[in-house]
Amino acid sequence: MNFLLSRLASVLFVAFSVATLVFALMYLAGGDPVDYMLGEFAKAADRDALRARLGLDLPWYQQYLNFLRGVVVLDFGESFHYRKPVVTLIAQRLPATVELAVAGLLVAILIAVPLGTLAAIRRDTALDRGAMFFSLLGVSIPNFWLGPLLVLVFSLGLGWFPVSGRHGFASLVLPAITLGTALAAILSRMVRSSLLEVLNEDYIRVARAKGLHPFTVVTKHAMRNALLPVLTLLGLQLGALLGGAVITETVFSWPGIGKLTVDAILSRDYPVVQACVLLISITYVVVNLLTDLVYAWVDPRIRVGGR
Amino acid sequence: MFKSWFALAILTSWAAMALIGPLLPLHPDSVDLQKIMAGPDAQAWLGYDDVGRPLLDRLISGARISFFVSILVVAISTVLGSLIGALAGYVGGAVDFVVSRVIDIFLAFPGILLVIALAGILGPGIDNVIIAMSSVGWVGFARLARAQTLSLKTRDHVQAARVLGTKPLTIVLRHILPLISAPLIVEATFGIASVVIAEAGLSFLGLGVQPPTASWGSMIRDGTAYMLVASHIVIVPGVALLLIVLSVNLLGDRLRDWLDVRTRLSAG
Repeated sequence: MNFLLSRLASVLFVAFSVATLVFALMYLAGGDPVDYMLGEFAKAADRDALRARLGLDLPWYQQYLNFLRGVVVLDFGESFHYRKPVVTLIAQRLPATVELAVAGLLVAILIAVPLGTLAAIRRDTALDRGAMFFSLLGVSIPNFWLGPLLVLVFSLGLGWFPVSGRHGFASLVLPAITLGTALAAILSRMVRSSLLEVLNEDYIRVARAKGLHPFTVVTKHAMRNALLPVLTLLGLQLGALLGGAVITETVFSWPGIGKLTVDAILSRDYPVVQACVLLISITYVVVNLLTDLVYAWVDPRIRVGGR
Repeated sequence: MFKSWFALAILTSWAAMALIGPLLPLHPDSVDLQKIMAGPDAQAWLGYDDVGRPLLDRLISGARISFFVSILVVAISTVLGSLIGALAGYVGGAVDFVVSRVIDIFLAFPGILLVIALAGILGPGIDNVIIAMSSVGWVGFARLARAQTLSLKTRDHVQAARVLGTKPLTIVLRHILPLISAPLIVEATFGIASVVIAEAGLSFLGLGVQPPTASWGSMIRDGTAYMLVASHIVIVPGVALLLIVLSVNLLGDRLRDWLDVRTRLSAG
């Protein structure tokens, strides 16, 4: 219980600091959004009116308090560009990002677990070396190049999938592969090394000596313990996945939070940038908290030690 | 398959392109409207881009950007991060508490997101790219240096220096950092790979180097619009980027194995 409380407290502290930092960045960013919204030749009276309506005429601490209150009640003001409440924009875009992130995660796991397992079982064979070279390739290929490359081959060349946009399952395939590849590469390495460590344990030798099928030994006996460190890594890597989503969504014009963030940065739409950066960071922090909790729940050693 | 000497050769030619590039008779910005999206010829071995500029020339001037940006960012991040982390770990107390919380906050932003936001706020341009990436990059080194220092600070030679009245900064510089340099160097090597990708990524998003200056990221972005008619525009800079990141990662792996005494002993 203490474990839970201290983790919760630190998450709250980090969330508060992230919000403060995000506000400070946007406040110090300079550049008058009113210029952007009305153009440089607007009348002074109109500019003042708009500034007052957006709360930009207040001193910084008033703006900061307003911002913090907004974070708590989920009101991030109005987008300068779309002239809609930021929350509405995010609500519209969120399902697309969740869909892409889950699909990317699935791609990563579906590639990494079999690949890492095969590499571990067939250690030091050509299969192992091939798998590890794939892994090296996967972490080295930038997703803003992998995406166009996949489009070149599978959309323009073979015509299997649409080039961009979000229209049904077919349009999800290439973005998910683009997003999932780097994670698959990192995970497969982890699965391999973690499995190799477990395979040397006594209980595996016992299971083998009992004459159990090698497949059962690996999947039932080794895998359960080997996947624990992989789980932690997965939580940590989800941040990279969310960051990767920002670029992947831009490559495929995928209408999610990532593309919204980049568009907002390019058009200096501060309320939207603030809300998106905050949303992505807090998601990441919360996922890490959940990973810790799941880890403690799955591994009795930690649970007991924590009490 | 992909040997260390091959990786070294690629990195050497990357450095060579960056260093010798300005001395070569390159015309990365010269537009030839007759040659728009044309394939290779005697003047341009890798063909032309969407406004008729020679791709090889742009590739070489892009190499300069990515090389110097990554060297600078990694150097700044390594020095700042190691110093801050080691000092915090050594001094402990309130300083360590504050530094640790700052590290926590930075780590709450997923990877590239904070860099994108910072670069967007600072505005486009090569100096802002370097500032944005360095202000995020130091955190990893600080965390590593701090953790390593904590395990070292009770060693006899550190205690002895402290008893002699040596100042904390001197102890960190002379008695701690030399001992923890191996993991920091490995981290710095992988850091080069991620900065190369991040710089190209920012330019891809339009937040990095501004046109007409060539960056591999902006070359890829320009190329994506014409993939159906001229796929070489997007393939050329991407292959360069992939080869360099692959080489850096490969050498980083080798370096890590080599510096890790355990694997060296078990292998030999």
